[in-house]
Amino acid sequence: MSDFIQPNLLPALPEMVMLAMTCLVLVVDLFLPQEKRGFTLLLSVLTLLLTVAAVVFVAPADSVSSFGDSFVLDQFAVTLKIAICLVSILVFIYSRDYLIDHDIYKGEYYVLGLFATLGMLIMTSAHSFLMIYLGLELLSLSLYAMIAFNRKSLIASESAMKYFVLGAMASGLLLYGISIFYGMTGTLNINQLATVVMAQSEQNPVALGFALTFIVVGLSFKLGAVPFHMWLPDIYQGSPTSVTLFIGTAPKIAGFAMAIRLLVDGLSELQVDWSQMLMVLAIASMALGNIIAIAQTNFKRMLAYSTISHVGFILLGILAGNANGYSSAMFYTLTYAITALVAFGILILLNRKGFEAENISDLSGLNHTNPWYAAMLAIAMFSMAGVPPTVGFYAKLTVLQSVISVDMVWLAVTAVLFSVIGLFYYLRIVKVMYFDESLEEQVTSIKQSLDVKVLLSVNGLSLIALGIFPSLLMAYCIQAFG
Amino acid sequence: MYADWPLLSLVIWTPIIGGILVLFAGDKEPSGARKIALVVSIVTFLLSIPLYSQFNTDTHLVQFVERHSWIPAFNIEYFIGIDGISMPLILLTSFTTVIVVISAWEVIQYRASQYFAAFLIMEGFMIGTFSALDSILFYIFFEAMLIPMFLVIGIWGGANRIYATLKFFLYTFIGSVLMLVALIYMYNKSDGSFAIFDFHHLPLSMTEQILIFLAFLVAFAVKVPMWPVHTWLPDAHVEAPTGGSVILAAIMLKIGGYGFLRFSLPITPDASAELDWLIITMSLTAVVYIGFVALVQQDMKKLIAYSSIAHMGFVTLGFFIVFRIMDVDDAQGSALALEGGMVQMVSHGFISGAMFLCVGVMYDRMHSRQIADYGGVANTMPVFAAFMVFFAMANAGLPGTSGFVGEFMVILASFKASFWIAFLAALTLILGAAYTLWMVKRVVYGGIGNDNVKALTDINKREVLFLSLLAIAVLVLGLWPDPLVNVMHATIDNLLNHITLSKI
Repeated sequence: MSDFIQPNLLPALPEMVMLAMTCLVLVVDLFLPQEKRGFTLLLSVLTLLLTVAAVVFVAPADSVSSFGDSFVLDQFAVTLKIAICLVSILVFIYSRDYLIDHDIYKGEYYVLGLFATLGMLIMTSAHSFLMIYLGLELLSLSLYAMIAFNRKSLIASESAMKYFVLGAMASGLLLYGISIFYGMTGTLNINQLATVVMAQSEQNPVALGFALTFIVVGLSFKLGAVPFHMWLPDIYQGSPTSVTLFIGTAPKIAGFAMAIRLLVDGLSELQVDWSQMLMVLAIASMALGNIIAIAQTNFKRMLAYSTISHVGFILLGILAGNANGYSSAMFYTLTYAITALVAFGILILLNRKGFEAENISDLSGLNHTNPWYAAMLAIAMFSMAGVPPTVGFYAKLTVLQSVISVDMVWLAVTAVLFSVIGLFYYLRIVKVMYFDESLEEQVTSIKQSLDVKVLLSVNGLSLIALGIFPSLLMAYCIQAFG
Repeated sequence: MYADWPLLSLVIWTPIIGGILVLFAGDKEPSGARKIALVVSIVTFLLSIPLYSQFNTDTHLVQFVERHSWIPAFNIEYFIGIDGISMPLILLTSFTTVIVVISAWEVIQYRASQYFAAFLIMEGFMIGTFSALDSILFYIFFEAMLIPMFLVIGIWGGANRIYATLKFFLYTFIGSVLMLVALIYMYNKSDGSFAIFDFHHLPLSMTEQILIFLAFLVAFAVKVPMWPVHTWLPDAHVEAPTGGSVILAAIMLKIGGYGFLRFSLPITPDASAELDWLIITMSLTAVVYIGFVALVQQDMKKLIAYSSIAHMGFVTLGFFIVFRIMDVDDAQGSALALEGGMVQMVSHGFISGAMFLCVGVMYDRMHSRQIADYGGVANTMPVFAAFMVFFAMANAGLPGTSGFVGEFMVILASFKASFWIAFLAALTLILGAAYTLWMVKRVVYGGIGNDNVKALTDINKREVLFLSLLAIAVLVLGLWPDPLVNVMHATIDNLLNHITLSKI
């Protein structure tokens, strides 16, 4: 055993900056009167921006690890960290007016959000089982609290409870899988795990497969893949929309990072096994997500099922089992997060004091009252459906390409057929906005702040811009697995 | 003077950017949007004329080529160019869009800027589809044009528009996603190229060819549309506003036919030869069975929609009878069949567009498409009746009109392959005359049917303008098809040489 070595703290600089700043936000917020709550938001956004700056500052050319190889900073982590921070910034800004209208404009929302983001950043860099688990729990615990944040809402409390119980169970399953691996290999470190598993895979295939199953189940719970998806629609619907916005975007990126760290970095030796598991999960997710979404009348719930189907697509990319597939899955995840931001962002925009817009019918006739936002939401819907020239098409193209390149044409055919089914409910949103009459009492006019409108427009147009020039983002995804 | 202009790109992007401008012009001043739209559509048409006048008819190679790297990660290129089969269709598109803009001038009051913008953007996408030589670029344009058409039918359509437009979108989408899988498969097979011409020279086994052929067939058969996947078309046509019907019939259906020539025949020649019986059967069914279906329609638009399906049956028949002719005859008969199919596409673009505009003119006055609601229109609208009868004759394939040329060429070519195929195809001359002229008889001739017809006013100058433009086109093409046929000789001959070579 080596002596105690002072760890290289530099790779963790972004996390440290974030932690320090978050504590600062927590304290400063205490002394702010309610009318100055905007300062907390400003400080939170600043925190995230500083973190992005720190990430860019410490970004290594190749990859560095620290803390006894349990923390790694590479291209993959850098790209995802920046993405998570930027998405969180948009989430914070979009949700402000909603929070004010619903009398929950409290500093805790931002503090919890920042802690959740910190957890996500740790997840992207975690290179030991323990670190992954720590990041995941920091994220989850913050999310439980955020959902229950609106104390007056019964359904939100119910959702938080449900999420907590199921989330704890999923964590337990994950931990159980981890403990078996630890028992067999004697290490928690991802790098060492890869080598030890290689040696063990001949002798103990059954035990390894057993442990792997629990890991995959735990992951599926967190990602929301069928059949471990039950929590997702209820949580999406029950949470305040500002929190749904958060849950539906950034944590997806973190979940993807966790999947890559566990399966690809650590257990690539067992790729044959987990590919088959993911295949079943992916097909089930695409099938169930797309079909059940058709029956939804609640927009948030519909988007939840839509998420499930998109998770299926992300899994397709991962199960292709090569760099090409991983980078396409990464591209898919990132663009999905951007698209979901627009969809939930528009929904938040429609909320007013005393009126909770969450049903599909609340969108009816939006083209008459607000043609611009109707166009943005339509772009988001077409992007989710994968219709060119939006970015969603390109995301699907890359995933399909990676699946076909490993000779699984039938899987690609299955995927596109389910996406045709999916097209129907996205088109229905467009139909409601463009073809239906507007209801007087519902959508009068959107009175929201200018910054939200500008950011949301940029966000929406970026779906087209990235659809026409996908290389802008794709280059980073390829680099991450280069 | 045009040599160093990216002319083709201009033709694609002028209407798209113009359409966005129209969108921003908004509806506060309705005449503003439509003026911009008219200018943009005319400029686009003028820009597209050099594509014809500067076209070199001696070569089968693509011209006006622009090739730039676009998405390096997947070697997707912005690769466009035209040859003898795409160029006429591009001109047809830019011409038809001008007509559509003029025809909507006063008629569309509701959200006019969005209406005109949709058509201009759609024009750009359609021209892009015809000029794309990179298959992903093709696919992007191919799919993107669905969005404006979806909105056009859904927003300005008739009572049952939502059903019709959803059906239209879903049908087309399900066809094209399978094509996407086929394209990606060939991309992997060809070591990373999405260029259509690389696919042309890609060796493929018979099983691969058949699967790829079927994937293309689903995509293009829905678009054409061929029996039995045609059912979306009557719905979409009936519910669409006049402009939507015109674009749908005149251009969008042609993209299916174009796809067969650009993708199916050259990429999977062996499978096409193997499965030609399937297409020929489907085409003849369209010609004969759908002809009978058209006969019993009560709704004028539905009748013309069914007649479109029957006429497009000729196009696909011409394209695939080639393999039968090659077994018994030299290349000349095959070339006749392919060129006949192409002429039929262009001619049908003019005639079906004109027929839908005629119905639109009456619908604007009476708000009914039912044949039974009319009768004796000639008494109150004599000028209009003259146009309507002329276009109906063209639709029935009267010699001297463009409708005759294509049908005649295809029937003549079919005779070289088999008497019975030609016989069945020739039935259209009877059926087409029957359903078209019977409709004209009931609508235009006879005594004045009711008081509403009595109150009709004849067409105004604007309506005379667009109907005359189309009438001239139909007549010129009918009397003197050479300018059209000549531009495609080289390309068609090359295509025929290509499909005789086995790829196995």
